Amino acid sequence: MHDMPQAIKEHAPAQTFIRKYVFSVDHKVIGKQYFGLALVAVFIGMALSWLMRLHLAWPNLHIPGLQWLSSSGAPNGVITPEYYLSLMTMHGTLMIFFVLTNAPFAGFGNYFLPIQIGAEDMAFPRFNMMSFWVTLVAFCVLMSAFFVGDGPPLAGWTSYAPLSAVGGSAGPGEGTGQTLWAISIAIFCIGQLLGSLNFISTTLDLRTRGMTLMRMPLSTWAWFITSCIGLLAFAVLLPACLLLVLDRIAGTSFFVPSNLVISDQVQTHSGGSPLLWQHLFWFFGHPEVYIAIVPAMGIVSHILVNSMRRPLLSHRVVIYSLISIGFLSYMVWGHHMFVSGMSPFSALMFSFPTLIITIPSTIITLIWIGSLYGSKLRITAASLFALGFISLFVSGGVSGFFLAQPSIDIYLHATYFVVGHFHLVMGVASIFGIFAGTYFWFPKMFGRTMNEGLGKLHFWLTFVGAYCIFMPFHYLGLAGNVRRYSAFVEDYLQPLLPVHKFISIAALITGAAQLIFLYNLVYSRFRGKPATENPWEATSLEWSIPSPPPFDNFGGKHPVVYHDPYQYGIASSTGDYVMQNSPEQIQTVRDDKSLT
Amino acid sequence: MRTRCQLVCTAGALVIAAFCLLHTARSVSAAADGKITGTVKLEGTPAHQRPIDMAKEPYCQKLHAGHPVTTETVVTGPNGTLKNVVVYISEGLAAAASSQVPSETPTWDQKGCQYIPHVMALDVNQHFKVTNSDQTSHNIHPMPKPGGPNHEWNKSQPIGAPPFDVSWQAQEVAIHVKCNVHPWMSGYMAVVKGPTGVSDDHGSYTLDQVPPGDYTLTAWQETYGTQTQKVTVGAGKPATADFTFKAK
Amino acid sequence: MAKLFAVTLVIIALGSAAPILMHKWTPPQDISAHGPTIDDQMSHTMVEAGISFLAAQIILAVFIWKFSGRREGARISSFPGGAMGLVIAAFLLVGTEVLALGVMGARAWAAVYFTPPAPNALLVQAQAGQFAFYFRYPGPDGKLGPLHPEMISEATQNLFGLDVDHDADSKDDIVTAELGVPVNREIHLLMHAKDVGHSFYVPELRIQQDFLPGLDLSLHFTATKLGRHEIVCTQLCGLGHYNMKAYLNVMSAEDFEGWLKQQATQQ
Repeated sequence: MHDMPQAIKEHAPAQTFIRKYVFSVDHKVIGKQYFGLALVAVFIGMALSWLMRLHLAWPNLHIPGLQWLSSSGAPNGVITPEYYLSLMTMHGTLMIFFVLTNAPFAGFGNYFLPIQIGAEDMAFPRFNMMSFWVTLVAFCVLMSAFFVGDGPPLAGWTSYAPLSAVGGSAGPGEGTGQTLWAISIAIFCIGQLLGSLNFISTTLDLRTRGMTLMRMPLSTWAWFITSCIGLLAFAVLLPACLLLVLDRIAGTSFFVPSNLVISDQVQTHSGGSPLLWQHLFWFFGHPEVYIAIVPAMGIVSHILVNSMRRPLLSHRVVIYSLISIGFLSYMVWGHHMFVSGMSPFSALMFSFPTLIITIPSTIITLIWIGSLYGSKLRITAASLFALGFISLFVSGGVSGFFLAQPSIDIYLHATYFVVGHFHLVMGVASIFGIFAGTYFWFPKMFGRTMNEGLGKLHFWLTFVGAYCIFMPFHYLGLAGNVRRYSAFVEDYLQPLLPVHKFISIAALITGAAQLIFLYNLVYSRFRGKPATENPWEATSLEWSIPSPPPFDNFGGKHPVVYHDPYQYGIASSTGDYVMQNSPEQIQTVRDDKSLT
Repeated sequence: MRTRCQLVCTAGALVIAAFCLLHTARSVSAAADGKITGTVKLEGTPAHQRPIDMAKEPYCQKLHAGHPVTTETVVTGPNGTLKNVVVYISEGLAAAASSQVPSETPTWDQKGCQYIPHVMALDVNQHFKVTNSDQTSHNIHPMPKPGGPNHEWNKSQPIGAPPFDVSWQAQEVAIHVKCNVHPWMSGYMAVVKGPTGVSDDHGSYTLDQVPPGDYTLTAWQETYGTQTQKVTVGAGKPATADFTFKAK
Repeated sequence: MAKLFAVTLVIIALGSAAPILMHKWTPPQDISAHGPTIDDQMSHTMVEAGISFLAAQIILAVFIWKFSGRREGARISSFPGGAMGLVIAAFLLVGTEVLALGVMGARAWAAVYFTPPAPNALLVQAQAGQFAFYFRYPGPDGKLGPLHPEMISEATQNLFGLDVDHDADSKDDIVTAELGVPVNREIHLLMHAKDVGHSFYVPELRIQQDFLPGLDLSLHFTATKLGRHEIVCTQLCGLGHYNMKAYLNVMSAEDFEGWLKQQATQQ
């Protein structure tokens, strides 16, 4: 009994170059645009981190040419303390907002979510286009902060008030640059809200026939959950940033208390609360961590299953765990504020959910590792990055045990331990998810395959490099090395300087290895081996259409879905797998029982 | 043909104008050999100067071991003379004389976590050099009156950083300069048009190159404010003007 | 390739754990009365996190070694116990682990934060401002005089904005650039931020607490060993953040009295 595919034609392909490639409403073009923006941002962000690491290891180093970027921030190419903090702020802001949010969620999500659920586009294509262009405006506003009078902002990506709110009197980098930062992030929030709304509506309303919620691939589930998190999180950050802008330019005092004396001058603000900013920021900030990592978890699951040639031990348990992570992510924001001066009693209320959030995370990790048992693992660049993700996720995750406890956080708060923790679990792990996704989906997106050999070389250098950079961060933190210092003049930090040198060298090498990726990306885009429709012998709907997919994805038809997403490890006419839209009758592989 | 003629005429006029300008400048400098000198004194007990504890910066603390530094809001010399008083001509200076910008570039040094000098007098648009002689990082933060023609700035000068060159666009007595990394560091820059002087260890000051004429002199001290008096400078002979501040 | 990856994973896991096991980089020796509880909690957590870390990495490596590149006809099998087994294991193992850590950690936290300072604790006010800490002792009258923000002047070293001419309580207040404390006596630290957010961190003292502008916080601790240690700022406060520090000087009771008297003459 077959449902006849329905012929549909809701929108026609664009004809002009501008409508086709620039102001396009096609979710695939928008996805690639997000990906491209993230690529630009990640290389800028990485260059900034290079400058920071160079400065930390060799404080008086003349970096040729840097004075052209900022003659006051780097006279003679030597980075000043304020410019170091600006580089740090811009690095954090670029990486978290424009890379970790843009690439795995907005980039891949835009491209593949509609295809994986059998839709021809997003629910609101024009909102979708707007969300990208708004994000691009946010990016340009942020970048312009490099070139304004008193330099880029230096209050960190968290921009704690009152430093960020009182204006130029608080020192260099607190003038126009900081205002631009707040405006940029507010604009960014609008883009993400539009995107999240779109993802949610699309997932709920545009699934094709037979695509029940439980038949959605894990990547789609992850994007769906992320957009639910994002809808709430960015809706809080947006007004917070607007209030910050008002404090800066309209004389309000939301975040600035009375009687502040800066450089002997009593400030005119009165009655605001710096803690309010911290609460609003982290109410967004912690879920943001999951906005960065949940899509990566989904992508990695999606790729692992394909490489293992078997479904995960349980599809549902992973979904329920992801949902509970998303839910719990809203109850833990205070663990960033244990020593901030909020009530010490509330510290416990934030500590326990933080510890509990390790349970769903552990369940997912155990299911990944447990599913490897008895599988037929194929090693590709994509699967190496996916497996590397698991290792990094565990390494970054276990340091969470320490930071979740307020008593230990007293010692480790604001040290390099925290920097190591979030770089591994959120930064590098998520980046590994992006890399895995890139090597895996590149054939579909561009119709050509990336070079596997270069991909594997890239993996080895990046994987070992990431550990060489970020593991020592933990040791520095244990020794009490404070973060956000542009130089280490304190006596007790002197013995740690060799560690910093080691990290800097590792960072330079690992960073340089990313050029291999860039080369591979550009080379394969034009000269790569042409890709077939389904090079990885995968089951989900994106592999049932040509590479690259046509304008309306499914050639004007709605596909019909007959199976759960990951029917691997069975005997079928196509091999050891059955595609979701194949009408072939098989015994559904849903849990381990049917496999043993 | 006509255009070439115009060109030659314009060039000629320009050359003549330039010569005239040069000549006036020379005549001004020739006439400005007058001088005003004087001594600044303080009557009464000077305000208490607190010792500065530089414990925060061991490098500077070591430099001053044995002879602790105090604040410098009132610095007196022998016989009640008063140091660091800026004396300048506040009225009566011809526009030509006041628009001269001295060619020398004074140095504003950071040494031993103190400003050397503590008070510096500058001409409008006169360039000065900011140097850091310490093995520690400073930030230089001059704070002109908000909303005025001079703009506040704040910038670090780490160990070994090269000196940088700055100037002020408008008259202002005086601009407070501080270092936020070492909050005790405090100094003043007085930006005035025309000849100025700052009283030395013996309270004496000299205003050079003052053309003959009647002037109002103003003396400014960071704690005790300003005092004025009239003075007449004759051709070729120095005038004297002493100031006496009263301790509050 | 897979086998190389498995070996690399094991090497990374052991290599990462080695400096910890060798105590290469550790917190400096604790000098506080409450520190041992925090240090104990830290060691417990290190053991549990270390075991989780090593176990996960090594099992991952073993599975990658064993189940990659199998021959074409190899059968797909499943982990004994299945998903349900793993979920139960996660709840039992990790659940009890984090619950235990949470409960024990809460006790360590409570020991620091839920007890009021002793009535005879020595009152000291700490003021953080860009980019230095200053401290104020109440003097013989035991009272700290009121603050007048508009009177703050660093040029005259009126760092707190005291009006000694009009406020009787301020007259005998002693302002210092270094935090001198007597050993084995509880210190009640009142924390006042002058401008933006700052933090008070003494690694040896196992104390870190932000200064919150607009809200004066209170902290108490007892130093148990003599010595001089750095107090550093850990809350980003501007260009001089990295250089914002002061010294904690733990002295014997007699030395402290002498030091305070000497400081009183410097006002």
